[in-house]
Amino acid sequence: MKIVAIIGSAFGSKSRVAVNYTINKIKEVREDAVVDVIDFSEIQFPFADGREYLQHEGEVGAALKKIMEADGLIIGTPIFQASMPGTLKNLFDMLPVNAFRNKVAGMIVTAGSDKHFLIPEQQIRPVLSYMKANLVPNYVFITDQDIIRQEIKNPDIEFRLDRFVDDFFLLLDTYQTMIQQKEAEYDF
Amino acid sequence: MNKKMNEKFGIDSSKGMEIGLYSLGDHVKNPMTGKLISEQQRINDIIEAAKFADEAGIDVFGVGESHQSHFIGQANQVILSAIAAQTKDIKISSSVTVLSTNDPVRVYEEYATLDLISNGRAEIVAGRGSRVGVYELLGFDLKDYEELFEEKMHLLKLLNEAAPNERMNWEGAFRAPLQNAEILPQPLRGQLPVWRAVGGPADSAIKAGLDGIPMMLTTLAGPAPIFKRAVDAYRLSLTEAGYDEKEFPLATTSLFYVAETGSQARKEMYPFLNAGWSAIRGGTYPKQHFAQSQDTRDTLMVGGVNEIIEKMLYQYELYGHQRFMAQIDFGGIPLDLVKKNIELIATKVMPEVKKYTKE
Repeated sequence: MKIVAIIGSAFGSKSRVAVNYTINKIKEVREDAVVDVIDFSEIQFPFADGREYLQHEGEVGAALKKIMEADGLIIGTPIFQASMPGTLKNLFDMLPVNAFRNKVAGMIVTAGSDKHFLIPEQQIRPVLSYMKANLVPNYVFITDQDIIRQEIKNPDIEFRLDRFVDDFFLLLDTYQTMIQQKEAEYDF
Repeated sequence: MNKKMNEKFGIDSSKGMEIGLYSLGDHVKNPMTGKLISEQQRINDIIEAAKFADEAGIDVFGVGESHQSHFIGQANQVILSAIAAQTKDIKISSSVTVLSTNDPVRVYEEYATLDLISNGRAEIVAGRGSRVGVYELLGFDLKDYEELFEEKMHLLKLLNEAAPNERMNWEGAFRAPLQNAEILPQPLRGQLPVWRAVGGPADSAIKAGLDGIPMMLTTLAGPAPIFKRAVDAYRLSLTEAGYDEKEFPLATTSLFYVAETGSQARKEMYPFLNAGWSAIRGGTYPKQHFAQSQDTRDTLMVGGVNEIIEKMLYQYELYGHQRFMAQIDFGGIPLDLVKKNIELIATKVMPEVKKYTKE
């Protein structure tokens, strides 16, 4: 099972903390999962320039190919200016329209204010749906007061991230079984 | 029969729809054997397929130009030249020439030469190229994507329509001006059929119509009626620009695989389609989409002999086109299967389709 966790901003650390917690949880519950992390603070992505994703080389090309080959995506992102960070949108712009077909994607979102609670619903979900992702119904929304000095300090968030991992794999396993069943109907 | 279409573009519609074949020159591993044949063998196989198609009585053979990994058709006109020398009757076409990154004068010289080698069988299909790597490779700016093509298409048309000894004067933004220039050699009949390749959206079809250039419309996959919009836009634009739309041919293209039965065709084709798609586009070709192609209304030309005939006639009813171009070797399909396809097209598909499409 190939999972790619995306940390959607080049600066700030709270999404990274939440994603790292989630990855540790995945390792605990799923031995068959291989998790790759794409962290915008570590890879310098160019602006999308019309090239197909296969035409990018080096670490950017490798990261894009990893996303395309993944079965599941975990998108950890802060909210900037009442929307997703430009870095994350730029990544989506570099991928084909059907990039997330047959993939399961889930969102973990950090924000400075709970007034941004619907931003993932209204800004990020439509893009992921457009790119054909099967979305984990619930996302985990985390505010600044839940993470102190690079640690989650709210058991409620931990519980919700644990349930998120559970939901993520329930959907992923179910979806993969469904695809296999569907494809077994064809004789080619 | 439309006399003017025949004179200008060499299309005799009284004989029924022209059936052509083309290769994009893709070079990927055969998914059944895991082996990648050499570049040399791939080129020789394309030439061999063209010879076989010529002997079988197929109307047209095209080779595409693409500058990226997984392709060997970068210098497609050189391959076409070898085909010209080894065939007798089949028309020889680019599918396509990436005009945006070429010099129209050079393209015209090359295809006029090809026309002389082939005794008047050469054609140019000019396109913008969907792979952007060629812009960097040949020193063009992708920002000029639209304008590069439009300017060069106009120049190519001007060169083609000039009188045999006419001196050319021309000025544009992307090429040195032509001052009293003589373009040599001239093609056998003074002009070549020059087509515009259109990817699907109506905007490009409108430009083909307004410029009075025959259109070759790619209908790779998806419902055929969607492409009717581009066809209608093309014809309407021809009329708007003062041309008689009946004098201008229309060609369509699609990925193609035929076998005796539909089930056999799908079983044989899918691994190749998926392998080619994965190599060139990334991801896999969705089985659901492939299964849907069994519907007559879907443009993907994969199926049994009767399914293919039915699809081609359905599309003819819809578009009224004069030529269909089949992409026959996508995704590492080996030569023996390509030959089997050509044989079935020539002996079973073509006679039926021609019978019902004579104008």
